[in-house]
Amino acid sequence: MTAYLIKNVSVVGGAPTDLLIRDGVVAETGRGLDAPDAAVVDGSGLVALPGLVDLHTHLREPGREDAETVESGSRAAALGGYTAVCAMANTSPVADTAGVVEQVWRLGRQAGLVDVQPIGAVTVGLAGERLAELGAMADSPARVRIFSDDGHCVADPKLMRRALEYVKAFDGIIAQHAEEPRLTEGAQMHEGEVSTRLGLTGWPAVAEEAIIARDVLLAEHVGSRLHVCHVSTAGSVEVLRQAKARGVRVTAEVTPHHLLLTDEVVAGRGALASPGLGVDWSPTASYDPVFKVNPPLRTGTDVAALRAALAEGVIDVVATDHAPHAVEDKECEWAYARPGMLGLETALSIALDVLGPRWDLIADRMSRTPARIAGLDGHGLDPAPGVPANLTLVDPAARRVVEPAELASRSRNTPYARMTLPGRIVATFLRGEPTVLDGKAVK
Amino acid sequence: MIRHLLSGGDLDAGTATEILDTAAEMATVAGREVKKLPALRGRTVVNLFYEDSTRTRISFEAAAKRLSADVINFSAKGSSVTKGESLKDTALTLQAMGADAVVVRHPASGAPHRLANWLDGSVVNAGDGTHEHPTQALLDAYTMRARLGRLAGLHVAIVGDVLHSRVARSNVLLLSTLGAKVTLVGPPTLIPVDWAARAGVGSAATDADPGTDVCYDLDAVLPGVDVVMMLRVQRERMNDSYFPSAREYARRYGLDGPRLRRLPEHAIVMHPGPMNRGMEITPEVADSPRSTIVEQVANGVSVRMAVLYLLLGGNNR
Repeated sequence: MTAYLIKNVSVVGGAPTDLLIRDGVVAETGRGLDAPDAAVVDGSGLVALPGLVDLHTHLREPGREDAETVESGSRAAALGGYTAVCAMANTSPVADTAGVVEQVWRLGRQAGLVDVQPIGAVTVGLAGERLAELGAMADSPARVRIFSDDGHCVADPKLMRRALEYVKAFDGIIAQHAEEPRLTEGAQMHEGEVSTRLGLTGWPAVAEEAIIARDVLLAEHVGSRLHVCHVSTAGSVEVLRQAKARGVRVTAEVTPHHLLLTDEVVAGRGALASPGLGVDWSPTASYDPVFKVNPPLRTGTDVAALRAALAEGVIDVVATDHAPHAVEDKECEWAYARPGMLGLETALSIALDVLGPRWDLIADRMSRTPARIAGLDGHGLDPAPGVPANLTLVDPAARRVVEPAELASRSRNTPYARMTLPGRIVATFLRGEPTVLDGKAVK
Repeated sequence: MIRHLLSGGDLDAGTATEILDTAAEMATVAGREVKKLPALRGRTVVNLFYEDSTRTRISFEAAAKRLSADVINFSAKGSSVTKGESLKDTALTLQAMGADAVVVRHPASGAPHRLANWLDGSVVNAGDGTHEHPTQALLDAYTMRARLGRLAGLHVAIVGDVLHSRVARSNVLLLSTLGAKVTLVGPPTLIPVDWAARAGVGSAATDADPGTDVCYDLDAVLPGVDVVMMLRVQRERMNDSYFPSAREYARRYGLDGPRLRRLPEHAIVMHPGPMNRGMEITPEVADSPRSTIVEQVANGVSVRMAVLYLLLGGNNR
C-alpha cells in the first residue's frame, strides 16, 4: 500500500501543515514531515476536508443502469470529494428486502470508490401500505440504519408512527420525503406567480410544511429520530426551528439546487439567487425539464431562508439528492419529464459559494454531521493522527465551467451547465487509497 | 415581426395592432366569391394536434388554405410519450419535411416552447395545456375592437375557471398590452392563489400582473363592464371539489337573462366555445344579439390568416 505525503495543506482552513497517510490512516501531521517511501502530493493552496458524506444519492442500480450504476455514481461521488454516499431505495426492484440492500452494498464494495451505504425502503414497494422488513435489512451485511420511501411520502400517519417506533430497536432513523400527496396531485412546479404564468400545476409549500409539522409531533410523541429530506421552503425552516427548540430529535437536509436556483429558471430567466456566481448565466430556454425536480425549485425568499437555516444549524446537512436521468426522460415536454438533477460533482462548489470559505461549517454540514446521522464509523472525522484517511483536497481558488459531457455520471441532467463554479476537488482518499488524484478519477 | 407566436406576452402593442389591422384586411377576402389569396403559395403549414379540437384545427386549416399554403394535418391524439414517438423526433420529422410553420395544440403546458427549440420554422401555439392560447386572445381582441370600436380603456370581465384556462392567461396578457382593464371573476378555488391575493385590491400594474384585479362576485362586476367573457367549465372540475355542484356554480357564476340585463346597454357577451349551455351560460344569453360567439368563430379565421401571413414573412414589403 503506497504511502502519501501531502505537503503544506490547510486542514479545514487551518495553517498549512503536512499529512502523512499510511496503512489507511493518517499516520502523522505536522510541518516539515519527511517520508522517503511516500508519494508526495503538493497541497499548497489546498484545503483538506474530511471526506464528504452524502445522505441522499440515487444510484439507479439495480434497474436503470442506463442512467447510472453504482460504479459510475461512485466515481462521480469521489470526483465531488465524497468518501461515502447513502443510496436511496427507489431502485427497480425496490430496496425493500435484505437481498436488494446487500446487492447494492456489494456493488459498492466492488467499485471501491466510496463507501456505499444502502438506505432501505420503509414500506413494501414504496407503496405506503405496509412496512418492509426493516429488521432484516438492519441485520444484513449492509447494516441499514436509514429507511426512506424517498420519491414518495409515507403519508399514512399511523404507518409513519409505527415506522418511527419500530426502528428504535436498532437505532434506525426514518428519512421522510415530506409531500402531502393529496395537495400535490399533478403538481409540476412551485405554486406561485411563475406557475400561474406558465400554466403549470402548482406544488404548494404547505404540502411539505404540513407533513413536517405532523412528523415532528409524531417523532416527539414516540421519542424517535426523524430526518427530513430536501427541505425546500421558508415555512419548513420555521417548523423545524420550533421542533428543535422543544428538543425533538429531528435532523434535516437541504440540496445544493435549493440553495442556488429559484422557480424563475423554469420561465427561462437567470434569476440566480447568488450574486457572486453565474451573473452572466441564464437558462437557454423556458420549460427546460432539466430544472424539474421534486420538491420543486422555490422562490428567492425560500432560498434565503434555507441558506440562513443551514448556516445557523436549523438545517443540519447539505445532501445532493443526486438523481440521474436518461436523456429521453428529460428531452421532452415538461409534464412528462422525470424530476431530479445531478448533484455529486457540483455540491461542494455550490456550498462554497453559498457558505463562503467557512471550512469548519462546510466540514460540519457536508461530512461530520451526515456521517453521524448515518452512523458511518470512520467517516466525518477531521484528518488527525490515527484517524481513517477518508479525506478530500479542495482548491478553493480554482474556477471551472460545468460541461455536462465531462461529468463522470452516466447522465447529463445537471442544472448548472455552462455555469462558472468556484472550487475544484484535486484529490480524494478512501481509507488511504486515492480515488481521485490531480482532479481525475484513479479508476 | 416575431418568429414564433407562443404567448400573448410575445406581442407588444405595435405588433398586436399590426396583426389586428392585417386581420381586418383578410376579413374582406371572406366576403369574396373566391376566398383565396396567393400570399403563401409554396409554403407548408403543419397542423400538429395532440388534442381533439375540431374548431381550432379547422380554423387554422381554413386560414392557411385561404392564403394558398400547403396544409398538412398531423393528428397525434394522446401524448407523444404514450404514442411512442417523442416530441423531439416528431419535430425533426416535420423539419425534414420542410415545414415553414407548425401550428401546435398540446395537452402539456410549454410543449410549443420545447418544439420551438428543435425547429427552424415558426411555431404557433394553438393551445398548450393550462397555459396559453394566443390566437384566441387575438381573435377576442379583434371582436371587441370590431364591436366596440376600441380596446384601450375597455373593462373586460373574464368569468369562470381562470385557474385552468389558457384563454384567460392569453387574454390577460394581450388585453393589458392593448390598454384594457381585466377583472377576473370566479369562485376562489378557480383563481390562481397569487392572483387571488389581489381580490378586492385595485389594479396594480406590475410585470407579473399587468393591471388585473380579481372579484368573487359576478353581480357586483356586471354593471361596470364593456365585455363579459364566459369561460368553459370542464366537467372533470365538478368531481374535484372546486365547487359543490353544477347548479350552485350556475347560480353564482352563470350568465343568465337577469344578469344580462344588468350589463350596460353597449356591453357584449363572449365565449371561446364550446359552450356548456345551462352551466356557465343560458341559451337565452348565448343566442342574444349581444352575444358575439358566432362572430368570434368567423374572426378566428381572419386573425389566423394574419398571424400566418406575418410570421411567414408576408410583411416583407
